[in-house]
Amino acid sequence: MPLKPDFEPVLFKNRRGDRPATFDEYRQGGGYEALLATVGKKSPEEVVRMVTAAGLTGRGGAGFPTGRKWAGVPASAPYPRYVQPNTDEMEPGTFKDRILVNADPHLVIEGIILCAYAVKAQRGIFFIRPSYESDAQLIERELAVARAAGFLGSGILGSDFSFELSVHRSAGRYICGEATAQVNAIQGLRPNPVKAPGAHLTEAGLWGRPTVVNNVETLASVPHILTRGPEWYKSLAATPTGDGTKLYCVSGKVARPGCYELPMGTRLSDIIYEHAGGMLPGGTFKACLPGGASTAFMPETLFDIPMDFPSLKAVGHHLGTASMIVFDKNTCLLAATINIIRFFVRESCGWCTPCREGLPVILDILERIEAGEAGEADVAWLETMTRQLHHAYCAFAPGAAAPIEGLLRHFRDEVMDHLDGRGCPFGAPELADKPGAWHLPKGGRP
Amino acid sequence: MPDDDLRRTILNMLQGVEHPREKAVDVMYLLQRQYGYLCDEALVVGAELLGMTPLELEELATFYDFIYRRPVGKYVIHVCDGVVCWMHHEDDIFRHLCARLGVRPGETTADGLFTVLPTVCIGDCDKAPAMLVNGRFYGPLTPGRVDEILETLRSGDEERVLCP
Repeated sequence: MPLKPDFEPVLFKNRRGDRPATFDEYRQGGGYEALLATVGKKSPEEVVRMVTAAGLTGRGGAGFPTGRKWAGVPASAPYPRYVQPNTDEMEPGTFKDRILVNADPHLVIEGIILCAYAVKAQRGIFFIRPSYESDAQLIERELAVARAAGFLGSGILGSDFSFELSVHRSAGRYICGEATAQVNAIQGLRPNPVKAPGAHLTEAGLWGRPTVVNNVETLASVPHILTRGPEWYKSLAATPTGDGTKLYCVSGKVARPGCYELPMGTRLSDIIYEHAGGMLPGGTFKACLPGGASTAFMPETLFDIPMDFPSLKAVGHHLGTASMIVFDKNTCLLAATINIIRFFVRESCGWCTPCREGLPVILDILERIEAGEAGEADVAWLETMTRQLHHAYCAFAPGAAAPIEGLLRHFRDEVMDHLDGRGCPFGAPELADKPGAWHLPKGGRP
Repeated sequence: MPDDDLRRTILNMLQGVEHPREKAVDVMYLLQRQYGYLCDEALVVGAELLGMTPLELEELATFYDFIYRRPVGKYVIHVCDGVVCWMHHEDDIFRHLCARLGVRPGETTADGLFTVLPTVCIGDCDKAPAMLVNGRFYGPLTPGRVDEILETLRSGDEERVLCP
């Protein structure tokens, strides 16, 4: 289904491809008008109401309603309060935040300031991974421009609203994308996730104060919602269950990998064929991970699914970061799963046993299946161990379980074809003594 | 010991900061830049300036990918081995790179120029297979392209994007 003829990009309105939009270019396109029309003119509660009415869902992967998160900061909560824009973006296959920040840094900055206004925060800490150092430098440069224009600092636009925003450089670790781990990371503590029953970061986050952690794509949607209204924003989606537009990343065996802004709920088949140019020459679609490495393989039977949070949930999948990693029929999904589990083994923070100890065992089973050294009993053992991952401390290990679950649910025959001495039907050259693969020696722990 | 300038830079950075530990990563980056890597001495100095124990800083240093506790070369080549790059035969690229430089993963060339490290997805998946060298993305890679990049880096013409 082609795009509606009147579809206009929202988040990528100022995207040029060769360089970021400048402050002046952003202003000329109506940038910071939302801020000018809001600070001192709308109440913070009104901003939260509009974002809630727009149905904006969190773009970091969880799809949590943004308005509800903001409303989670109690009116009586102490100060200072914090906003924590999340650009850790270490989910494999995901690069939308990098492209967004690079395309239109001031859209992101304006969204952050509006969020701060809505939750009455005094300080923002922009968390960014070290691979994106050039983005960190870009944001710092543009923050100075926004400050000079009076959009940051004390008494913004002559109001009593004061807000400072600075960049926090991470030193690189996947778990830092998890909100509670990120709170620890910023405080200079070991970035383990923190779980306490009934505790919310919006009540007690950074230094025990209310903290709103939002993905930058989520925040970048806010200025448009405030300028053009919740109804307009909702009407952008392709489905009644979707909201606004979405940055879809497409990678893998497609002709035109890239990041595409499309109505939320655009069909998977349209994303791949209309926008990403279809499969690479000679390739046939076999499966995709719909939202990064911590989602389950989706088979061809779901090829026409609308890509929004509720539609995927209804069929037992997750939209995650909406980063489609596309596999063709010549790719061994078991070998792909080994690569993914190796990633999770390496990145586990080591805090809890199911994750720290369970994942290496799972990797070992997968490698033995791939090598033809396993039988049906090993597959049963793999299923048991994968179930155990759901008993881990945070969402990391259940994320690692997802591709294995998808593999066993939709591609069980392919797994079984490896068993009892047969080995990989695809030849699997990838497993041959790959340098730098920090995996356990065959046969388990030394 | 860090020179007085660096000590002053760090103390200035921590000046008036309510929670100095917040700057732990920045301090490690600065020390790493001066020493070439975060050596034991740098770790102790950093901890002292931050008001932390060396163990507290060590548990951060060893947690993160981009803090180097062993000596590294001028150019640290982080080769992405995420699943998208894997699909595009990142392993061949890795093998080629290591063979060209005569090193194994984690090692540094004898001239002190290059260190090769495998790295999780670097977020350059539309240009897979890709690698990151001192803050710059390179992709899509082929063995020939890798040779060209090494040549450019050797000539010292490539601008580096360094943290912080």
